[in-house]
Amino acid sequence: MAETENEDWTALLARVHQNRDRAAFAALFRHFAPRVKGFLMKSGAGATLAEECTQDVMATLWQKAHLFDPTRASVSTWIFTIARNRKIDALRRQRRPEPEDLPWGPESEPDQADALALQQDSEKLARAIADLPEKQKLLIKRAYFGDLTHSEIAEETGLPLGTIKSRIRLALERLRHAMN
Amino acid sequence: MNEIKHHLTDALLMAYATANLPEAFSVVIATHISLCDECRARLGSYEAVGGALLEDCEAVDVDAAALTATLARIESANAGSEPKVARKLGAVFPTPLQSYVGGDLETVRWRAVGGGVKQAVLKTSSDATVRLLSIPAGAAMPDHGHRGTELTLVLKGAFRDEDERFARGDIEIADEDMHHTPTAEAGGDCICLAATDAPLKFRGLIPRLAQPFIGI
Repeated sequence: MAETENEDWTALLARVHQNRDRAAFAALFRHFAPRVKGFLMKSGAGATLAEECTQDVMATLWQKAHLFDPTRASVSTWIFTIARNRKIDALRRQRRPEPEDLPWGPESEPDQADALALQQDSEKLARAIADLPEKQKLLIKRAYFGDLTHSEIAEETGLPLGTIKSRIRLALERLRHAMN
Repeated sequence: MNEIKHHLTDALLMAYATANLPEAFSVVIATHISLCDECRARLGSYEAVGGALLEDCEAVDVDAAALTATLARIESANAGSEPKVARKLGAVFPTPLQSYVGGDLETVRWRAVGGGVKQAVLKTSSDATVRLLSIPAGAAMPDHGHRGTELTLVLKGAFRDEDERFARGDIEIADEDMHHTPTAEAGGDCICLAATDAPLKFRGLIPRLAQPFIGI
């Protein structure tokens, strides 16, 4: 399978969830595992620890595939959160308290149009990051690769986060309405 | 879901998204987000930045046998799907807080700290402290300033501070320049979750003397 920018990670992850599809998992693994390892090493993990944690992260992807909601996050965003939490656990030996899961099931079919819109917003955000001035980009990378204290983190990122926030907010509202 | 009026700042949300916070603060933030869709969505936008950076991250080759090893790991874990962690109907504490307390409100092991105020310090890493506070209806927290950031999240009841009202889900963020006096509203005890990154210093003689004993 060719690894193009347009690879449909969401569809592959759905196949992992629904069919326990090993080929789909392998495709996700080939793309994301080296990036997760790169992220962990940039964050200060040695090669051996990073390798070990990367395998944990990818195993978690399989085990939690049923919790992924494409109307609220892209696959790379979701994997980032898993890798970040593993990093805290492995490098800082701290627990990571996470917000509770929403009470409704991802069993209900995610809205395709919403998922696509979020996907497009995520791509726009990636381009906006690429277009940032070098100095600002460096600061954001430092924050995400984890060597800023919370008082050093700027209120203003210079990124257009409003649209993606509104998109996720809308998805949450719809889910709550569907529940009531 | 009740209307939440007092939210997290962008800096705190980004620090939580990027794992740049002491564990004690993360407990309060995870608990607030469990109650607040607005901040959950804002967190999602900061995490989306992380996703874009991950995508852009320099790839480092994994072991040749990594995929096989991961699949073996998945199989040995019996490929079980992790169950969802959702709050039971009527629970006061969202699940991240329950996991630190070991249960809901009725399982808290309170210690009296004077004036009818009770507290329970939760076990986290030592770079900051988080505690549950129970303030009797109508009573004030001791007047104090502090050296760092303080987050106070209301879980039950409500308090007033100056002109503002804080009810379930609302979070008050105070910095070192702020001297504040939260007062529980009449009608019921106010249960809060409070994190500080430096010991509180109380103004006024009696609370100051009490400070070494109550461990604030």
